[in-house]
Amino acid sequence: MKFTEEHEWLQDEGEIVVVGITSHAAEQLGDVVFVELPEVGTEVTKDEEIVVIESVKAASDILAPLDGEIVEINDAIVDTPAMVNDDPQGEAWFFKMKPSDRAPMDEMMDEAGYQAFIG
Amino acid sequence: MSDLATTPLYDLHLELGARMVPFAGYSMPVQFDGIMAEHTRTREAAGLFDVSHMGQVILSGQDYATIAAGFETLVPVNAIGLAAGRQRYGLLTNALGGIEDDLMFANKGDHMLVVVNAACKADDIALMKAGLEPLGITVTEVTDRALIALQGPGAEPALSRLAPAAAEMRFMDVADLELEGVTCWVSRSGYTGEDGYEISVPEAQAEALARTLLDMDGVGPVGLGARDSLRLEAGLCLYNNDIGSTTTPVEAGLIWSIQKVRRAGGDREGGFPGAQVILPQIESGVPRTRVGLRPEGRAPMREGVVLFAEPEEGEAIGVITSGGFGPTVGGPVAMGYLPIDMAVPGTQVFGELRGKRLPLTVHTLPFVAANFKR
Repeated sequence: MKFTEEHEWLQDEGEIVVVGITSHAAEQLGDVVFVELPEVGTEVTKDEEIVVIESVKAASDILAPLDGEIVEINDAIVDTPAMVNDDPQGEAWFFKMKPSDRAPMDEMMDEAGYQAFIG
Repeated sequence: MSDLATTPLYDLHLELGARMVPFAGYSMPVQFDGIMAEHTRTREAAGLFDVSHMGQVILSGQDYATIAAGFETLVPVNAIGLAAGRQRYGLLTNALGGIEDDLMFANKGDHMLVVVNAACKADDIALMKAGLEPLGITVTEVTDRALIALQGPGAEPALSRLAPAAAEMRFMDVADLELEGVTCWVSRSGYTGEDGYEISVPEAQAEALARTLLDMDGVGPVGLGARDSLRLEAGLCLYNNDIGSTTTPVEAGLIWSIQKVRRAGGDREGGFPGAQVILPQIESGVPRTRVGLRPEGRAPMREGVVLFAEPEEGEAIGVITSGGFGPTVGGPVAMGYLPIDMAVPGTQVFGELRGKRLPLTVHTLPFVAANFKR
């Protein structure tokens, strides 16, 4: 698993990459009450705001971690946003994408690096 | 962070694992276990809130009637007619009819106790000193007491274990109660829409009292996050969001706080700042007013979201002043201002969120029925 400074995790599954937010991010957000995901088939650009996530207290954006195409989204977290607090690094993945440029993944942190990053 | 003030419960907040945020110059807990859990705890059991950042001010003078007469020159309320041992909500108004702050004031027999918002307290005290000291009324900020709110259906059982007389108090009663051997100034009030108490306790005993209450079944700590969602569901105004120096009490839907004796035709008509604006508004109405709004979708719409009459095109007609997720409602809720002809429950309007206009419905306030012990 790879991690971004934007508190996303990326699981490389060969052709596609699964993306979600980290446990640390979910805890910082607090109770998640609303998630808006991009449509399947959307071509996204790295650092583009593609997900809206709202906790009781505030709204946040999630950025596309890579260039590529959204190939699947997790409707379950749209129906039950609290899943994002319950299992952010498992069942509550956000979307799967087919990257057109995987190079930025080489720069991303591993688990140990991310833990050091969040201190 | 070092320039932030702290309350007497600061160390306890840290011990309880609070996430602290700067608020009105104080380091305050925004949440302990999570806003949803704390909100629900307050509606179903009892929440303990540290509101020590708020201003507690004593007005003293020859007698209560003299103090109340002076106070009425600043606040459009019937203070003279308030019985000893009772509290009321009131508004400090300005010359243009706007609201400088909202507050609670109590007849404590020989003096008046006023509780004002944290962010406004320096200005409020200056305003009261300027207006009241020439009338022989002394304005003294209380700086050696904490203020704790205990809110929810579990508040009465909890507090009456320490002082059985607490159970005898009705909504908006005030009394001095001995709690754990200390004289506390207690009112049966709060800002959550629930029954409960606000307890002014000497700072040295505040932590011990808070611990005693927190040890009781069903009582847990609650931060500012849930305080905000609770008051929003209860349809209560947040100063500087839903009311402010450019909104009048009439626009804000707070006419009820201006008793008849101070309105046109009353025995003590007018005589407060902005009366020449506010009294005619009571008679002939205003072009815009505060409303409750329920977004029809699931996305919360927060303060600043601009409102439109139509899903496309057209001029802005209003704005959301408070909004978020209502845990008891189970969906997003908001308050804002709309033209009077749109301020009818059931009317559909549109809020612009992230470039899209999404529907909301005008809703009666409160969103969650109040649970006061009248």
